[in-house]
Amino acid sequence: MPENKIVPLSSIMRVDSTKPRLSGCSAKTGGKTTSCGSSAGQDDLPEAVWNKIQDHPCYSEDAHHYFARMHVAVAPACNIQCHYCNRKYDCSNESRPGVVSEKLSAEQAARKVMAVAAEVPQLSVVGIAGPGDALANAPKTFHTFDLIHAALPHVKLCLSTNGLALPDHVEQIAAMGVDHVTITINMVDPTIGAQIYPWIFFRHRRWEGLEAATILHERQMEGLEALTAKGILVKVNSVLIPGINDKHLVEVNKAVRSRGAFLHNIMPLISDPAHGTHFGLTGRRGPTPNELRAVQDSLGGDAKLMRHCRQCRADAVGLLGEDRGTEFSLDRLTETRPYDPKKREMYLEVVSQERTDRQKAKEMAQMPERIEETPLLVAIATKGGGRINQHFGHATEFQIFEVTSGGAKFVSHRRTDKYCVGGTDDSDAMATTLAALEGVSAVLCAKIGDKPKARLAEMGIIATDHYAFEYIEASAIIWYANRNATGSVAASA
Amino acid sequence: MAYRIVEKNCTGCGACEFECPNKAIKEKGGVFAIDAKKCTECAGFFDTPQCVAACPVPKTCVMAF
Repeated sequence: MPENKIVPLSSIMRVDSTKPRLSGCSAKTGGKTTSCGSSAGQDDLPEAVWNKIQDHPCYSEDAHHYFARMHVAVAPACNIQCHYCNRKYDCSNESRPGVVSEKLSAEQAARKVMAVAAEVPQLSVVGIAGPGDALANAPKTFHTFDLIHAALPHVKLCLSTNGLALPDHVEQIAAMGVDHVTITINMVDPTIGAQIYPWIFFRHRRWEGLEAATILHERQMEGLEALTAKGILVKVNSVLIPGINDKHLVEVNKAVRSRGAFLHNIMPLISDPAHGTHFGLTGRRGPTPNELRAVQDSLGGDAKLMRHCRQCRADAVGLLGEDRGTEFSLDRLTETRPYDPKKREMYLEVVSQERTDRQKAKEMAQMPERIEETPLLVAIATKGGGRINQHFGHATEFQIFEVTSGGAKFVSHRRTDKYCVGGTDDSDAMATTLAALEGVSAVLCAKIGDKPKARLAEMGIIATDHYAFEYIEASAIIWYANRNATGSVAASA
Repeated sequence: MAYRIVEKNCTGCGACEFECPNKAIKEKGGVFAIDAKKCTECAGFFDTPQCVAACPVPKTCVMAF
């Protein structure tokens, strides 16, 4: 098993002792005084909510640095058709929602979860996200949850659904202790819905057009309200489809927030003719990183947006952004080590300490007031753990932080692999990476070669491994503070 | 009369199996097949054949003859 595929405990617990450490209030800030105020993620949320999400990588931006999730693909059937999905398509190189390689029985799924829990102490969440709809396969979904809960009671259970069948199952979802549900809601106006959903299967018949979209919309709202009334955390996913719902997502955001959705996650349409989807075949392109961000920003303010979503596949295993699914495929599950709760306890202790240290480092790196207030985007190469610990050339994605004198704020991740950026096709991997870094001023990574560094410099992007293995936020802030001093001024957007 | 599933198109999702009122649909090697002897085209149960309405792939659940 390749050690470097998941955040090894060692990479979080120890940093390379040859690297300069950023520690203490004066570290690298050149003696600028810093205050140690509190702006931790948990302070922004009611305690009950924080307790529910603090180990959930999909719900908590902070947790996604430390905890792993896995999806089990026990739900192949679906009850609606979306224009961005072709259920016939299945490819092991794919990495997107609705696509999966290995369908499992409930018993196989439980075995797989046990095997992963034994190897991956970071595992906190098991979700059923498809490859169809979790609630179109409700009996199998719930049976799977029963088996997992009996074996590993500490694991949180969650499911994703299009919402059509949701109102019929809210009671059971609550009774089973599932406390996180994701609903994909792309519209609250059926005339827009009719452009996204060609048909639904509901109450023993197929519905099309406006009728289909109206039923789906009403069921989604009813299900959302019923879940939040029971205190179940609901995340809403919306697929940003340029030209169809890009302007409309503001309305969706209002509608779902007013009904108690806890998070609203805007995901880019993944569109490629090779996927055989209606949108792919008819040339409907996905949004560029900047278009996606513009929509996310337009919803900003008090909307809690989840900007760290990776749109992982329905059998994904690992921390967000990585997928160890193939290591745990059925044919490899012949012999598994038993689950050892001590390993997880040890990991939880490490994480608790790391979270405190990372927060402290961030606070210490806060800069004194400055007049200049141009926010800059910094791209981080990380394997997790909240540190800059990924080689530039190995990074399949970058975490983008917006840095001002006020601090460093995570705004999104951008992928450099798997599927093309902005619906364009380009065989040049570096070109894909450069497109993903559009608008970014600096790249902080564990290591970078001279050639890519020069190529980035041509684009006005500074790349440095100066902050290798350090905490992300603190490093970004320090880079920002020192960028003029080191003569590395980047053109700002 | 009965319906049948075009094997090469079937994704194996099983949406049809849940809906069949005659329990005529079973999985066989990753894809689903309709037992023509049990299939009544949903007569007496529903206005439209459920497997056809539920199947996500066009031209995959079709008349057997």
